[in-house]
Amino acid sequence: MKAKIIITPKKAVVDPQGKAVQNALGQMGNNGINAVHVGKYLEIELNDADRETARRQLDEACRKFLSNPVIEDFRLEIE
Amino acid sequence: MTFAVLQFPASNCDQDAIHALRDVLGQSARYVWHKETSLGDVDAVIVPGGFSYGDYLRCGAIARFSPVMQAVLQFAASGGLVLGICNGFQVLCEAGLLPGALIRNRSLQFRCEHVYLKTLAADSPFTNQIPPDKLLKIPIAHGEGCYFADEETLDKLKANNRILWQYCNAQGEVTDAANPNGSLWNIAGICNERRNVAGLMPHPERACEQLLGSADGCLIFQSLIHPLQGRTVSKAA
Repeated sequence: MKAKIIITPKKAVVDPQGKAVQNALGQMGNNGINAVHVGKYLEIELNDADRETARRQLDEACRKFLSNPVIEDFRLEIE
Repeated sequence: MTFAVLQFPASNCDQDAIHALRDVLGQSARYVWHKETSLGDVDAVIVPGGFSYGDYLRCGAIARFSPVMQAVLQFAASGGLVLGICNGFQVLCEAGLLPGALIRNRSLQFRCEHVYLKTLAADSPFTNQIPPDKLLKIPIAHGEGCYFADEETLDKLKANNRILWQYCNAQGEVTDAANPNGSLWNIAGICNERRNVAGLMPHPERACEQLLGSADGCLIFQSLIHPLQGRTVSKAA
């Protein structure tokens, strides 16, 4: 079982990194991009067979540690 | 006065802090390794600058789990004075001792230069010896010092005079051009509601001797020492 966690900056937070990537993409000729948000991707390999327990624990870990709720949103997927 | 200066893996301003406290300000100061579970008998804690745990995940995010941080949380809860400098400020925010977060500089550049600070609140253990209208010339050295908090938090900080320092120009004007990292409201440093925990991105420990270009940082440490001396006198009495 594997957990995938995607962390992105909150919309209200200025994201200069996303802006810089957007500008560079524009210079490559990629027009029509409204915004770029640069975040983080974590892949966690699990040996716990209980999907719900794993989800509950990782959800808590995302809130308390892996993301900072002041500046980031997260999405947790278990597969 | 006895200061504890924490040491995490990749702290790199710990020796500067010890030097400023011991050799310039004549205080007793000792290192406390991050694996310690007790701070010992100390009057104040400095969480120094650096790149604790390589800034992995987010600046300060992993240092908060070091055993010594439990002791710092207890020390702060009992009213002990805690000052976080640069990475130390980031650690204190991640540990929940201070509100908000420090994110990538607006310019995306690591900024290493002297800045001017305006002190907004003199009624704190971190600012009480700073004369009115005195601008502090202190260096910054960070890539992630852009202070962010939601509107409600920012309103609370303003309402309770918890914004201790703002970036300003040499004339004391708080302008966008004088903001080195894009911090909301030019915030350089704040304190908690109880006013015993503070953090700032600039490095006062690097500005304690004229030889280094400024001795203004002494005023912040002297502010810390002042109430501690008072406390010792009252203890003795």
